[in-house]
Amino acid sequence: MKKSLWITGLIMLAVLTVAACATVQTATTLATAVGEQAGVFSRAEGEAIRKSTVAVARSLEDFTPEQEYYIGRSVGAVVISKYPAYANAQVNQYLNTLGQTLAAASDKPEIFSGYHFLVLDSDDINAFATPSGLIFVTKGLIRCCPTEDALAAILAHEIGHVQLRHGMQSIEKARVTEALTVTATEGAKILGSPEVAQLTQTFSGAISDIAKSMINNGYSRSFEHQADKAAVVLVQRVGYNPRGMIDMLTVMDKKLKPGELDFAKTHPAPRDRIAEIESDNRSFTPVTTPKFRQERFLRAVGHI
Amino acid sequence: MLRTRFIITALALLGILCMHIPANGQETLSVQVKEGELRATPSFLGKIVARVAYGDRVVVVSDRGAWKKVSIRGGTLQGWMHASALTTKRIALKAGQTSVRTGATQDELALAGKGFNEQVEAAFRKENRNLDYAWINRMETFKVSPDLMNNFLVQGNVVPPAEGGKP
Repeated sequence: MKKSLWITGLIMLAVLTVAACATVQTATTLATAVGEQAGVFSRAEGEAIRKSTVAVARSLEDFTPEQEYYIGRSVGAVVISKYPAYANAQVNQYLNTLGQTLAAASDKPEIFSGYHFLVLDSDDINAFATPSGLIFVTKGLIRCCPTEDALAAILAHEIGHVQLRHGMQSIEKARVTEALTVTATEGAKILGSPEVAQLTQTFSGAISDIAKSMINNGYSRSFEHQADKAAVVLVQRVGYNPRGMIDMLTVMDKKLKPGELDFAKTHPAPRDRIAEIESDNRSFTPVTTPKFRQERFLRAVGHI
Repeated sequence: MLRTRFIITALALLGILCMHIPANGQETLSVQVKEGELRATPSFLGKIVARVAYGDRVVVVSDRGAWKKVSIRGGTLQGWMHASALTTKRIALKAGQTSVRTGATQDELALAGKGFNEQVEAAFRKENRNLDYAWINRMETFKVSPDLMNNFLVQGNVVPPAEGGKP
């Protein structure tokens, strides 16, 4: 009787000590170890407790940047299957120079394999960002930009989606748990193993979850607002006029055709986005683009 | 007897807690990007003095904003890295390098090459032959050097507010 009291005390101590600075999972792991040591329960029972806690504690945070990278590559391949790439080296070079410069000044400049940008050969008004930092913008969307400042706002909005992990958050919770639980087993490293087959199925599901919300349904209104907010902060930090965002949305508002399967379907109406951006910020000054900046912008994307 | 056991367990717990803090109080972090760079100054415009790989461990020497001065190879080389390239998690590169050996718990241990990896992508591509990765691979080669970024900003007269914010 006295012994079991002591042991309970020890387990409680372990939980309390660790909970102060670590997660429940770590605490339970330690408490379970102490429990086993003291013979309160068998090793097998301890293992079971550990496993169930692991499953509960699994979250997006447990995906490594490397895993996000692989998810992003395949989401990108799905995007390319919907819209062909615009194979113009100069245009893509300009887009990458602008985009990577913005990303380098962001809160998360370093991601597993870097940020990379590509123009899509389509008149639709659309843009996509994979969790791994692959960012796609259609010719149709670039045509909504009167200035480099406006284009910077578009790219910064997409960088915002990456950094706020909006794509990853579209993955169904059950799938996240499943993927991370299988990953924890040693067999998941052996090609052809049941674990790899199961992981591939989960992977496939995750790709379609992200593609569905990114390409077909769009993110929530609040995700779009968050990305707009992040974009305003980022372009200002680099030295662009955030008013470029409003200019771009004003053109977009005129160009979007109701019923199209592009931003008309997946994003809040441009005038609603403008209203939200303006309610967050006091009035912006109009964009006055230096001559050289405007010339290089028109030279790079004026013809597309 | 019980008291001794209690003290031993309590000390063991304390030991586990302290294990994450190196004796000299310096923080050790892992590189969480494919190719990391150590720079001479805390800026992406700084000259690259060394390269580190995914999972490499670096010791933090000092901090400046979002930048950390780190030392590698037993302190023989030092340079600056942006904090977003680093994680407190230990990244185990080989299978079988378990939490038992490193003393790290599940939560702190990320297994490189596990989960969604090259093999899973290969298996996925087999099932989705319509997907073309050629452009994805090409995109990954689109890299803009810090010098180019700097020229781009200077030539375009893109001037950050007083607070700074240049890459």
